[in-house]
Amino acid sequence: MAKAIREIYGEALVKYGRDNPDVVVLDADVSSSTRSGLFQAACPERFFNVGVAEANMTGMAAGLASVGKIPFVNTFATFLITNGLLAARVFGSYSGLNIKLMGAYTGLSDAYDGPTHHAIEDIAVMRALPNFRVYVANDEVGTDWLVRHAIKSKGPMYIRLSRDVFPTLYEPGTKFEEGKGKILRQGKDAAIIACGRMLGMAVEASKILSSEGIDVTVVDMFTIKPLDAELITETAKSTGAVVTAEEHSVIGGLGGAVAEVLATRRVCVPLGFVGIADCHAECGAYSELLAKYGLDVPAVVAKVRETLAKK
Amino acid sequence: MSLTPERKAFLDDLCRKFRLDVIEALHNAQTGHPGGSLSVCEILTTLYFEKARINSAQPRDPDRDRVVLCKGHAAPMLYRVLAEKGFFPVSEMKTLRRLNSILQGHPTIHTPGVELSTGPLGTGLSAALGMALGLRLSKSAAKVYAVLGDGDVNEGMVWEACMSAVKYKADNLITIYDWNKVQLDGKSADIMPQGDMNAKFSAFGWRCIPCDGHDIGALCDALDALILHPDGRPGLILASTIKGKGVSFMEGQSAWHGKAIGDEDYKRAVAELGGE
Repeated sequence: MAKAIREIYGEALVKYGRDNPDVVVLDADVSSSTRSGLFQAACPERFFNVGVAEANMTGMAAGLASVGKIPFVNTFATFLITNGLLAARVFGSYSGLNIKLMGAYTGLSDAYDGPTHHAIEDIAVMRALPNFRVYVANDEVGTDWLVRHAIKSKGPMYIRLSRDVFPTLYEPGTKFEEGKGKILRQGKDAAIIACGRMLGMAVEASKILSSEGIDVTVVDMFTIKPLDAELITETAKSTGAVVTAEEHSVIGGLGGAVAEVLATRRVCVPLGFVGIADCHAECGAYSELLAKYGLDVPAVVAKVRETLAKK
Repeated sequence: MSLTPERKAFLDDLCRKFRLDVIEALHNAQTGHPGGSLSVCEILTTLYFEKARINSAQPRDPDRDRVVLCKGHAAPMLYRVLAEKGFFPVSEMKTLRRLNSILQGHPTIHTPGVELSTGPLGTGLSAALGMALGLRLSKSAAKVYAVLGDGDVNEGMVWEACMSAVKYKADNLITIYDWNKVQLDGKSADIMPQGDMNAKFSAFGWRCIPCDGHDIGALCDALDALILHPDGRPGLILASTIKGKGVSFMEGQSAWHGKAIGDEDYKRAVAELGGE
Protein backbone atom coordinates (compact mmCIF):
# COMPACT_ATOMS: atom_id res chain seq x y z
CA MET A 1 0.00 0.00 0.00
CA ALA A 2 1.39 3.37 -1.00
CA LYS A 3 1.71 6.01 1.69
CA ALA A 4 -0.46 9.07 1.90
CA ILE A 5 1.08 12.24 0.51
CA ARG A 6 1.00 13.82 3.98
CA GLU A 7 3.08 10.95 5.39
CA ILE A 8 5.61 11.27 2.60
CA TYR A 9 5.77 15.01 3.28
CA GLY A 10 6.30 14.69 7.03
CA GLU A 11 8.97 12.05 6.58
CA ALA A 12 10.77 14.06 3.91
CA LEU A 13 10.74 17.12 6.17
CA VAL A 14 12.57 15.11 8.82
CA LYS A 15 14.87 13.38 6.32
CA TYR A 16 16.08 16.59 4.67
CA GLY A 17 15.51 19.11 7.45
CA ARG A 18 16.99 17.32 10.44
CA ASP A 19 20.62 17.96 9.55
CA ASN A 20 20.08 21.41 8.07
CA PRO A 21 20.10 23.87 10.99
CA ASP A 22 18.39 26.52 8.88
CA VAL A 23 15.21 24.54 8.40
CA VAL A 24 12.45 25.61 10.78
CA VAL A 25 8.87 24.41 10.79
CA LEU A 26 5.69 26.17 11.87
CA ASP A 27 2.22 24.80 12.33
CA ALA A 28 -1.11 26.21 13.46
CA ASP A 29 -2.38 23.50 15.79
CA VAL A 30 -2.85 20.90 13.06
CA SER A 31 0.61 19.31 13.14
CA SER A 32 -0.81 15.86 13.73
CA SER A 33 -2.89 16.26 10.57
CA THR A 34 -0.29 17.90 8.33
CA ARG A 35 2.37 15.54 9.71
CA SER A 36 4.70 18.46 10.42
CA GLY A 37 4.55 16.97 13.91
CA LEU A 38 7.10 14.40 12.75
CA PHE A 39 9.60 17.24 12.52
CA GLN A 40 8.65 18.46 15.97
CA ALA A 41 9.49 15.04 17.35
CA ALA A 42 12.86 15.06 15.58
CA CYS A 43 13.87 18.71 16.13
CA PRO A 44 11.70 20.30 18.82
CA GLU A 45 13.84 23.43 19.12
CA ARG A 46 13.21 24.28 15.47
CA PHE A 47 9.47 23.72 15.56
CA PHE A 48 6.93 26.40 16.40
CA ASN A 49 3.29 25.62 17.04
CA VAL A 50 1.67 29.04 17.14
CA GLY A 51 -1.86 27.92 17.82
CA VAL A 52 -4.75 28.62 15.51
CA ALA A 53 -3.20 31.79 14.13
CA GLU A 54 -2.39 31.38 10.46
CA ALA A 55 -1.80 35.06 9.77
CA ASN A 56 0.74 35.35 12.57
CA MET A 57 2.35 32.05 11.58
CA THR A 58 2.98 33.25 8.04
CA GLY A 59 4.30 36.58 9.31
CA MET A 60 6.60 34.85 11.78
CA ALA A 61 7.90 32.67 8.97
CA ALA A 62 8.80 35.81 7.05
CA GLY A 63 10.81 37.12 9.98
CA LEU A 64 12.59 33.79 10.33
CA ALA A 65 13.36 33.83 6.60
CA SER A 66 14.72 37.37 6.84
CA VAL A 67 17.43 36.18 9.22
CA GLY A 68 18.43 33.22 7.06
CA LYS A 69 16.11 30.44 8.16
CA ILE A 70 14.14 28.26 5.75
CA PRO A 71 10.64 28.20 7.23
CA PHE A 72 8.07 25.59 6.26
CA VAL A 73 4.60 26.91 7.04
CA ASN A 74 2.00 24.23 7.62
CA THR A 75 -1.73 24.20 7.87
CA PHE A 76 -4.78 23.30 5.83
CA ALA A 77 -4.39 25.03 2.48
CA THR A 78 -7.74 26.76 2.83
CA PHE A 79 -6.63 28.69 5.90
CA LEU A 80 -3.12 29.27 4.65
CA ILE A 81 -4.28 31.03 1.47
CA THR A 82 -6.94 33.07 3.25
CA ASN A 83 -5.71 34.06 6.72
CA GLY A 84 -2.08 33.70 5.67
CA LEU A 85 -2.45 35.53 2.39
CA LEU A 86 -1.62 39.07 3.52
CA ALA A 87 1.73 38.03 4.95
CA ALA A 88 2.36 35.74 1.96
CA ARG A 89 1.77 38.68 -0.33
CA VAL A 90 3.77 41.39 1.44
CA PHE A 91 6.68 39.24 2.67
CA GLY A 92 6.79 36.40 0.12
CA SER A 93 5.51 37.81 -3.12
CA TYR A 94 6.55 41.46 -2.77
CA SER A 95 9.67 41.07 -0.66
CA GLY A 96 10.86 37.75 -2.09
CA LEU A 97 11.55 36.23 1.33
CA ASN A 98 12.36 32.55 1.38
CA ILE A 99 9.11 31.18 2.80
CA LYS A 100 7.72 27.77 1.94
CA LEU A 101 3.95 27.55 2.25
CA MET A 102 2.86 23.94 2.48
CA GLY A 103 -0.83 23.61 1.71
CA ALA A 104 -2.19 20.52 3.37
CA TYR A 105 -5.49 18.73 2.73
CA THR A 106 -6.02 20.27 -0.70
CA GLY A 107 -8.80 19.71 -3.18
CA LEU A 108 -11.60 17.70 -1.64
CA SER A 109 -9.22 15.47 0.34
CA ASP A 110 -10.50 16.76 3.69
CA ALA A 111 -13.68 15.17 2.44
CA TYR A 112 -15.79 14.75 5.56
CA ASP A 113 -14.99 18.17 7.00
CA GLY A 114 -16.93 19.69 4.14
CA PRO A 115 -16.65 22.72 1.90
CA THR A 116 -15.33 25.05 4.64
CA HIS A 117 -12.21 22.87 4.60
CA HIS A 118 -11.92 21.98 0.92
CA ALA A 119 -9.20 23.88 -0.95
CA ILE A 120 -10.49 24.42 -4.45
CA GLU A 121 -9.03 27.84 -5.26
CA ASP A 122 -5.50 27.71 -3.83
CA ILE A 123 -3.74 27.27 -7.17
CA ALA A 124 -5.57 30.26 -8.64
CA VAL A 125 -4.79 32.46 -5.62
CA MET A 126 -1.15 31.53 -5.27
CA ARG A 127 -0.20 31.61 -8.93
CA ALA A 128 -1.54 35.16 -9.14
CA LEU A 129 1.12 36.32 -6.66
CA PRO A 130 4.27 37.62 -8.38
CA ASN A 131 7.45 35.73 -7.42
CA PHE A 132 5.63 32.76 -5.94
CA ARG A 133 6.44 29.41 -7.45
CA VAL A 134 3.57 26.94 -7.30
CA TYR A 135 3.84 23.17 -7.34
CA VAL A 136 1.40 20.32 -6.95
CA ALA A 137 2.46 17.08 -5.28
CA ASN A 138 2.20 14.26 -7.81
CA ASP A 139 3.25 11.02 -6.10
CA GLU A 140 5.60 9.71 -3.41
CA VAL A 141 8.81 10.26 -5.35
CA GLY A 142 7.71 13.68 -6.55
CA THR A 143 6.61 14.84 -3.09
CA ASP A 144 9.93 13.82 -1.62
CA TRP A 145 11.67 15.81 -4.37
CA LEU A 146 9.47 18.87 -3.71
CA VAL A 147 10.62 19.02 -0.09
CA ARG A 148 14.26 18.68 -1.09
CA HIS A 149 13.78 21.30 -3.79
CA ALA A 150 12.08 23.72 -1.40
CA ILE A 151 15.05 23.54 0.96
CA LYS A 152 17.62 23.98 -1.78
CA SER A 153 15.96 26.59 -3.96
CA LYS A 154 15.59 30.11 -2.55
CA GLY A 155 12.44 32.17 -2.85
CA PRO A 156 8.78 31.98 -1.95
CA MET A 157 6.97 28.77 -2.84
CA TYR A 158 3.55 27.30 -2.44
CA ILE A 159 3.41 23.52 -2.50
CA ARG A 160 0.06 21.80 -2.77
CA LEU A 161 -0.04 18.60 -0.78
CA SER A 162 -2.86 16.22 0.02
CA ARG A 163 -4.23 14.22 2.89
CA ASP A 164 -4.64 11.22 0.66
CA VAL A 165 -2.83 8.37 -1.06
CA PHE A 166 -1.93 9.04 -4.70
CA PRO A 167 -1.16 6.32 -7.24
CA THR A 168 2.55 5.63 -7.73
CA LEU A 169 3.71 7.12 -11.03
CA TYR A 170 7.48 7.39 -10.76
CA GLU A 171 10.43 5.13 -10.09
CA PRO A 172 12.60 6.04 -7.11
CA GLY A 173 15.39 8.30 -8.28
CA THR A 174 13.33 10.00 -10.99
CA LYS A 175 14.70 13.45 -11.74
CA PHE A 176 12.40 16.43 -11.62
CA GLU A 177 13.06 19.97 -12.70
CA GLU A 178 11.06 23.08 -11.97
CA GLY A 179 9.40 24.49 -15.04
CA LYS A 180 9.51 21.13 -16.80
CA GLY A 181 6.45 18.94 -16.92
CA LYS A 182 6.72 15.18 -17.38
CA ILE A 183 5.24 13.06 -20.11
CA LEU A 184 3.74 9.95 -18.55
CA ARG A 185 2.34 8.55 -21.77
CA GLN A 186 2.82 9.58 -25.37
CA GLY A 187 -0.16 9.58 -27.73
CA LYS A 188 -1.27 11.32 -30.91
CA ASP A 189 -5.02 11.98 -30.75
CA ALA A 190 -5.41 14.19 -27.68
CA ALA A 191 -3.51 15.29 -24.59
CA ILE A 192 -4.52 15.24 -20.95
CA ILE A 193 -2.51 17.73 -18.93
CA ALA A 194 -3.11 16.95 -15.29
CA CYS A 195 -1.78 17.55 -11.79
CA GLY A 196 -2.06 16.00 -8.35
CA ARG A 197 -4.70 13.39 -7.70
CA MET A 198 -6.03 13.71 -11.26
CA LEU A 199 -2.82 12.32 -12.77
CA GLY A 200 -3.69 8.79 -11.80
CA MET A 201 -7.19 9.33 -13.16
CA ALA A 202 -5.69 10.58 -16.43
CA VAL A 203 -3.54 7.49 -16.76
CA GLU A 204 -6.55 5.24 -16.12
CA ALA A 205 -8.63 7.24 -18.58
CA SER A 206 -5.92 6.88 -21.22
CA LYS A 207 -6.12 3.09 -20.92
CA ILE A 208 -9.87 3.09 -21.43
CA LEU A 209 -9.56 5.49 -24.36
CA SER A 210 -6.80 3.35 -25.84
CA SER A 211 -9.11 0.33 -25.85
CA GLU A 212 -11.48 2.46 -27.95
CA GLY A 213 -8.69 3.30 -30.37
CA ILE A 214 -8.07 6.81 -28.96
CA ASP A 215 -4.38 7.40 -28.35
CA VAL A 216 -3.82 9.96 -25.62
CA THR A 217 -0.77 11.79 -24.27
CA VAL A 218 -0.70 12.27 -20.50
CA VAL A 219 1.37 15.11 -19.08
CA ASP A 220 2.17 15.70 -15.40
CA MET A 221 2.19 19.47 -14.95
CA PHE A 222 3.30 19.49 -11.31
CA THR A 223 5.11 22.78 -11.90
CA ILE A 224 2.24 25.24 -12.25
CA LYS A 225 4.54 28.23 -11.97
CA PRO A 226 6.95 28.36 -13.67
CA LEU A 227 4.81 26.59 -16.22
CA ASP A 228 6.20 24.42 -19.00
CA ALA A 229 4.80 26.50 -21.86
CA GLU A 230 6.95 24.69 -24.43
CA LEU A 231 5.67 21.27 -23.50
CA ILE A 232 2.07 22.53 -23.45
CA THR A 233 2.49 24.07 -26.89
CA GLU A 234 4.20 21.05 -28.43
CA THR A 235 1.66 18.68 -26.95
CA ALA A 236 -1.26 20.74 -28.18
CA LYS A 237 0.22 20.98 -31.67
CA SER A 238 1.09 17.30 -31.91
CA THR A 239 -2.28 16.03 -30.64
CA GLY A 240 -4.72 18.76 -31.69
CA ALA A 241 -6.90 18.55 -28.58
CA VAL A 242 -6.15 19.31 -24.93
CA VAL A 243 -7.97 18.39 -21.75
CA THR A 244 -6.74 19.67 -18.39
CA ALA A 245 -7.58 17.80 -15.20
CA GLU A 246 -7.19 19.14 -11.68
CA GLU A 247 -8.74 18.74 -8.24
CA HIS A 248 -9.47 22.46 -8.16
CA SER A 249 -11.96 24.96 -9.49
CA VAL A 250 -12.03 25.16 -13.29
CA ILE A 251 -11.47 28.89 -12.80
CA GLY A 252 -7.89 30.12 -12.54
CA GLY A 253 -6.07 26.87 -11.88
CA LEU A 254 -4.05 24.59 -14.15
CA GLY A 255 -6.72 24.79 -16.85
CA GLY A 256 -6.62 28.56 -16.83
CA ALA A 257 -2.83 28.54 -16.96
CA VAL A 258 -2.79 26.17 -19.94
CA ALA A 259 -5.46 28.24 -21.71
CA GLU A 260 -3.37 31.39 -21.22
CA VAL A 261 -0.38 29.72 -22.86
CA LEU A 262 -2.30 28.38 -25.82
CA ALA A 263 -4.22 31.62 -26.38
CA THR A 264 -1.16 33.84 -26.29
CA ARG A 265 0.73 31.49 -28.60
CA ARG A 266 -2.20 31.27 -31.01
CA VAL A 267 -2.40 27.51 -30.74
CA CYS A 268 -6.02 26.96 -31.69
CA VAL A 269 -7.08 23.52 -30.50
CA PRO A 270 -10.25 22.48 -28.72
CA LEU A 271 -9.84 22.67 -24.95
CA GLY A 272 -11.68 20.84 -22.22
CA PHE A 273 -11.45 21.42 -18.49
CA VAL A 274 -11.92 18.73 -15.87
CA GLY A 275 -12.26 20.32 -12.46
CA ILE A 276 -14.80 21.53 -9.97
CA ALA A 277 -17.47 23.67 -11.57
CA ASP A 278 -17.88 27.15 -10.11
CA CYS A 279 -19.37 25.83 -6.89
CA HIS A 280 -18.56 24.56 -3.42
CA ALA A 281 -18.81 20.83 -2.80
CA GLU A 282 -20.27 19.15 0.29
CA CYS A 283 -19.10 16.57 2.80
CA GLY A 284 -18.93 12.86 2.16
CA ALA A 285 -16.54 10.02 1.35
CA TYR A 286 -13.60 11.27 -0.72
CA SER A 287 -14.13 8.91 -3.63
CA GLU A 288 -17.85 9.71 -3.69
CA LEU A 289 -17.12 13.42 -3.72
CA LEU A 290 -14.63 13.06 -6.55
CA ALA A 291 -17.23 11.18 -8.58
CA LYS A 292 -20.10 13.56 -7.82
CA TYR A 293 -18.06 16.65 -8.69
CA GLY A 294 -16.71 15.28 -11.95
CA LEU A 295 -13.22 14.35 -10.82
CA ASP A 296 -13.06 10.67 -11.64
CA VAL A 297 -11.95 8.46 -14.52
CA PRO A 298 -15.29 8.43 -16.34
CA ALA A 299 -15.38 12.24 -16.19
CA VAL A 300 -11.93 12.46 -17.76
CA VAL A 301 -12.84 9.92 -20.46
CA ALA A 302 -16.04 11.81 -21.25
CA LYS A 303 -14.24 15.14 -21.43
CA VAL A 304 -11.63 13.75 -23.82
CA ARG A 305 -14.32 12.34 -26.10
CA GLU A 306 -16.25 15.63 -25.99
CA THR A 307 -13.14 17.66 -26.75
CA LEU A 308 -12.03 15.34 -29.54
CA ALA A 309 -15.42 15.79 -31.17
CA LYS A 310 -14.64 19.50 -31.57
CA LYS A 311 -11.45 18.82 -33.46
CA MET B 1 23.41 55.30 31.43
CA SER B 2 21.30 58.46 31.37
CA LEU B 3 21.69 60.76 28.43
CA THR B 4 23.99 63.74 28.96
CA PRO B 5 22.35 67.16 28.45
CA GLU B 6 24.71 67.76 25.52
CA ARG B 7 23.76 64.52 23.82
CA LYS B 8 20.06 65.16 24.44
CA ALA B 9 20.34 68.64 22.93
CA PHE B 10 22.13 67.16 19.91
CA LEU B 11 19.43 64.53 19.36
CA ASP B 12 16.60 67.00 19.88
CA ASP B 13 18.14 69.24 17.25
CA LEU B 14 18.48 66.26 14.94
CA CYS B 15 14.76 65.63 15.40
CA ARG B 16 13.96 69.25 14.52
CA LYS B 17 15.98 68.87 11.34
CA PHE B 18 14.33 65.54 10.50
CA ARG B 19 10.87 67.05 10.95
CA LEU B 20 11.73 69.95 8.65
CA ASP B 21 13.12 67.65 5.96
CA VAL B 22 10.15 65.30 6.16
CA ILE B 23 7.71 68.21 5.82
CA GLU B 24 9.71 69.39 2.82
CA ALA B 25 9.72 65.93 1.23
CA LEU B 26 5.98 65.51 1.80
CA HIS B 27 5.25 68.97 0.40
CA ASN B 28 7.39 68.17 -2.60
CA ALA B 29 5.70 64.80 -3.13
CA GLN B 30 2.19 66.19 -2.57
CA THR B 31 1.28 62.80 -1.12
CA GLY B 32 2.21 60.85 2.01
CA HIS B 33 1.62 60.77 5.74
CA PRO B 34 2.69 63.75 7.87
CA GLY B 35 0.88 62.95 11.14
CA GLY B 36 2.39 59.56 11.92
CA SER B 37 5.80 60.56 10.56
CA LEU B 38 6.06 63.47 12.97
CA SER B 39 4.84 61.46 15.96
CA VAL B 40 7.42 58.69 15.54
CA CYS B 41 10.40 61.04 15.15
CA GLU B 42 11.97 60.73 18.62
CA ILE B 43 11.32 56.98 18.73
CA LEU B 44 13.22 56.29 15.50
CA THR B 45 15.94 58.80 16.35
CA THR B 46 16.49 57.19 19.74
CA LEU B 47 16.66 53.73 18.21
CA TYR B 48 18.97 54.53 15.31
CA PHE B 49 21.24 57.07 17.02
CA GLU B 50 21.34 55.84 20.59
CA LYS B 51 20.32 52.23 21.17
CA ALA B 52 20.16 49.96 18.14
CA ARG B 53 23.47 48.53 16.92
CA ILE B 54 23.09 49.34 13.23
CA ASN B 55 25.89 50.51 10.99
CA SER B 56 25.46 51.41 7.33
CA ALA B 57 29.09 50.40 6.71
CA GLN B 58 28.13 46.81 7.56
CA PRO B 59 24.49 46.68 6.49
CA ARG B 60 24.36 42.87 6.30
CA ASP B 61 26.12 42.16 9.61
CA PRO B 62 24.18 39.11 10.82
CA ASP B 63 24.42 40.29 14.41
CA ARG B 64 23.07 43.77 13.80
CA ASP B 65 19.97 44.82 15.66
CA ARG B 66 16.83 45.12 13.55
CA VAL B 67 14.27 47.88 13.48
CA VAL B 68 10.87 47.06 12.00
CA LEU B 69 8.56 49.98 11.34
CA CYS B 70 5.23 48.16 11.63
CA LYS B 71 3.38 51.43 11.01
CA GLY B 72 4.82 51.58 7.52
CA HIS B 73 3.01 54.75 6.49
CA ALA B 74 5.51 56.69 8.62
CA ALA B 75 8.07 55.75 5.98
CA PRO B 76 9.21 59.37 5.33
CA MET B 77 10.64 59.65 8.84
CA LEU B 78 12.28 56.23 8.57
CA TYR B 79 13.86 57.25 5.26
CA ARG B 80 15.15 60.52 6.69
CA VAL B 81 16.72 58.70 9.63
CA LEU B 82 18.24 56.03 7.38
CA ALA B 83 19.70 58.75 5.16
CA GLU B 84 21.31 60.37 8.20
CA LYS B 85 22.74 56.96 9.13
CA GLY B 86 24.38 56.85 5.70
CA PHE B 87 22.30 54.21 3.94
CA PHE B 88 21.60 56.59 1.02
CA PRO B 89 22.00 60.32 0.30
CA VAL B 90 19.57 62.74 1.93
CA SER B 91 18.92 64.08 -1.57
CA GLU B 92 16.91 60.91 -2.29
CA MET B 93 14.15 62.44 -0.13
CA LYS B 94 13.28 64.57 -3.16
CA THR B 95 12.22 61.43 -5.01
CA LEU B 96 9.84 60.21 -2.30
CA ARG B 97 6.83 58.43 -3.82
CA ARG B 98 7.95 59.23 -7.38
CA LEU B 99 8.31 56.70 -10.18
CA ASN B 100 11.72 54.96 -10.16
CA SER B 101 12.48 56.14 -6.62
CA ILE B 102 14.16 53.88 -4.08
CA LEU B 103 11.82 55.50 -1.57
CA GLN B 104 8.46 53.82 -2.10
CA GLY B 105 5.23 55.00 -0.49
CA HIS B 106 5.68 52.37 2.20
CA PRO B 107 8.96 50.76 3.31
CA THR B 108 10.31 47.95 1.20
CA ILE B 109 13.02 45.46 1.94
CA HIS B 110 14.65 46.50 -1.33
CA THR B 111 15.60 49.94 0.07
CA PRO B 112 19.00 50.09 1.78
CA GLY B 113 18.63 49.93 5.55
CA VAL B 114 15.01 48.79 5.53
CA GLU B 115 14.72 45.38 7.19
CA LEU B 116 11.20 44.45 6.17
CA SER B 117 8.48 45.57 3.81
CA THR B 118 5.66 47.02 5.86
CA GLY B 119 2.51 48.92 5.15
CA PRO B 120 -0.44 46.58 5.60
CA LEU B 121 -1.08 47.21 9.28
CA GLY B 122 -0.82 44.37 11.76
CA THR B 123 1.76 42.30 9.86
CA GLY B 124 4.99 43.78 11.20
CA LEU B 125 4.94 42.48 14.76
CA SER B 126 4.61 38.84 13.65
CA ALA B 127 7.57 39.20 11.33
CA ALA B 128 9.60 40.99 14.00
CA LEU B 129 8.86 38.10 16.35
CA GLY B 130 10.01 35.61 13.71
CA MET B 131 13.23 37.60 13.33
CA ALA B 132 13.79 37.57 17.08
CA LEU B 133 13.27 33.80 17.32
CA GLY B 134 15.47 33.19 14.28
CA LEU B 135 18.27 35.30 15.74
CA ARG B 136 18.02 33.44 19.03
CA LEU B 137 18.23 30.09 17.19
CA SER B 138 21.39 31.39 15.53
CA LYS B 139 22.81 32.26 18.96
CA SER B 140 22.89 35.94 18.08
CA ALA B 141 22.58 38.54 20.83
CA ALA B 142 20.88 40.97 18.45
CA LYS B 143 17.66 42.69 19.46
CA VAL B 144 14.63 43.31 17.29
CA TYR B 145 12.83 46.62 17.76
CA ALA B 146 9.28 46.78 16.41
CA VAL B 147 7.50 50.12 16.17
CA LEU B 148 3.72 49.78 16.36
CA GLY B 149 1.03 52.33 15.64
CA ASP B 150 -2.60 52.78 16.62
CA GLY B 151 -3.94 51.28 13.39
CA ASP B 152 -1.77 48.20 13.89
CA VAL B 153 -3.42 47.21 17.14
CA ASN B 154 -6.85 47.21 15.46
CA GLU B 155 -5.68 44.12 13.56
CA GLY B 156 -6.17 40.72 15.16
CA MET B 157 -2.83 39.55 13.84
CA VAL B 158 -1.07 41.80 16.38
CA TRP B 159 -2.76 39.97 19.23
CA GLU B 160 -1.85 36.61 17.70
CA ALA B 161 1.77 37.75 17.67
CA CYS B 162 1.37 39.07 21.18
CA MET B 163 0.46 35.60 22.46
CA SER B 164 3.21 33.82 20.52
CA ALA B 165 5.87 36.25 21.76
CA VAL B 166 4.98 35.32 25.33
CA LYS B 167 4.85 31.60 24.60
CA TYR B 168 8.30 31.71 23.07
CA LYS B 169 9.73 34.04 25.74
CA ALA B 170 10.96 36.53 23.16
CA ASP B 171 12.76 38.98 25.42
CA ASN B 172 14.97 39.99 22.50
CA LEU B 173 11.86 41.54 20.93
CA ILE B 174 11.29 45.08 22.11
CA THR B 175 8.19 46.82 20.85
CA ILE B 176 7.64 50.53 21.00
CA TYR B 177 4.06 51.63 20.60
CA ASP B 178 3.92 55.07 19.01
CA TRP B 179 0.75 55.77 20.91
CA ASN B 180 -0.71 58.95 19.47
CA LYS B 181 -4.31 57.72 19.81
CA VAL B 182 -5.39 59.07 16.43
CA GLN B 183 -5.84 57.12 13.22
CA LEU B 184 -6.99 57.86 9.69
CA ASP B 185 -10.70 58.28 10.29
CA GLY B 186 -10.51 59.98 13.67
CA LYS B 187 -9.61 59.48 17.31
CA SER B 188 -8.92 55.85 18.24
CA ALA B 189 -11.43 56.31 21.07
CA ASP B 190 -14.11 56.68 18.38
CA ILE B 191 -12.81 54.36 15.67
CA MET B 192 -11.84 51.43 17.87
CA PRO B 193 -11.51 52.20 21.58
CA GLN B 194 -8.26 50.82 22.95
CA GLY B 195 -9.09 50.66 26.62
CA ASP B 196 -6.19 50.18 28.99
CA MET B 197 -3.37 49.13 26.69
CA ASN B 198 -0.96 48.68 29.57
CA ALA B 199 -3.39 46.27 31.26
CA LYS B 200 -4.08 44.47 27.99
CA PHE B 201 -0.46 43.80 27.05
CA SER B 202 0.40 43.03 30.68
CA ALA B 203 -2.41 40.50 30.85
CA PHE B 204 -0.93 38.71 27.86
CA GLY B 205 2.34 38.50 29.78
CA TRP B 206 4.29 41.40 28.32
CA ARG B 207 6.53 43.67 30.33
CA CYS B 208 5.16 47.17 29.82
CA ILE B 209 6.84 50.50 30.46
CA PRO B 210 4.90 53.72 29.82
CA CYS B 211 6.88 56.82 28.84
CA ASP B 212 6.75 60.14 27.02
CA GLY B 213 7.46 59.24 23.41
CA HIS B 214 8.81 62.69 22.59
CA ASP B 215 11.34 62.68 25.46
CA ILE B 216 14.50 61.02 24.19
CA GLY B 217 15.88 60.70 27.72
CA ALA B 218 12.76 58.87 28.85
CA LEU B 219 12.84 56.62 25.78
CA CYS B 220 16.48 55.77 26.50
CA ASP B 221 15.72 54.91 30.11
CA ALA B 222 12.77 52.71 29.11
CA LEU B 223 14.85 50.94 26.47
CA ASP B 224 17.72 50.41 28.89
CA ALA B 225 15.40 48.76 31.37
CA LEU B 226 14.41 46.22 28.73
CA ILE B 227 17.78 45.83 27.02
CA LEU B 228 19.95 45.53 30.11
CA HIS B 229 17.69 43.31 32.17
CA PRO B 230 15.82 40.85 29.95
CA ASP B 231 13.59 38.57 32.00
CA GLY B 232 12.03 36.22 29.48
CA ARG B 233 9.13 38.50 28.70
CA PRO B 234 8.70 40.46 25.46
CA GLY B 235 8.95 44.17 26.23
CA LEU B 236 6.59 46.97 25.31
CA ILE B 237 7.21 50.66 25.66
CA LEU B 238 3.93 52.54 25.67
CA ALA B 239 5.32 55.73 24.20
CA SER B 240 2.69 58.44 24.47
CA THR B 241 3.03 60.73 21.47
CA ILE B 242 1.18 63.44 19.62
CA LYS B 243 0.18 62.91 16.03
CA GLY B 244 1.67 65.70 13.91
CA LYS B 245 4.01 66.68 16.78
CA GLY B 246 5.87 69.94 16.18
CA VAL B 247 3.43 71.53 13.75
CA SER B 248 0.62 73.13 15.78
CA PHE B 249 -2.15 72.85 13.23
CA MET B 250 -1.37 69.18 12.57
CA GLU B 251 -1.14 68.12 16.21
CA GLY B 252 -3.77 65.60 17.22
CA GLN B 253 -5.58 66.01 13.90
CA SER B 254 -6.68 62.89 12.04
CA ALA B 255 -7.14 65.09 8.97
CA TRP B 256 -3.33 65.22 8.75
CA HIS B 257 -2.93 61.45 8.75
CA GLY B 258 -2.38 61.36 5.03
CA LYS B 259 -3.09 64.78 3.56
CA ALA B 260 -1.00 66.56 0.96
CA ILE B 261 0.64 69.70 2.36
CA GLY B 262 -0.37 72.85 0.44
CA ASP B 263 2.00 75.79 -0.07
CA GLU B 264 0.58 77.98 2.72
CA ASP B 265 0.54 75.17 5.23
CA TYR B 266 4.06 74.24 4.20
CA LYS B 267 5.32 77.75 4.94
CA ARG B 268 3.59 77.80 8.33
CA ALA B 269 4.98 74.39 9.24
CA VAL B 270 8.51 75.36 8.26
CA ALA B 271 8.28 78.57 10.27
CA GLU B 272 7.06 76.66 13.35
CA LEU B 273 9.89 74.17 13.06
CA GLY B 274 12.41 77.00 12.88
CA GLY B 275 13.28 76.50 9.23
CA GLU B 276 14.08 79.11 6.68
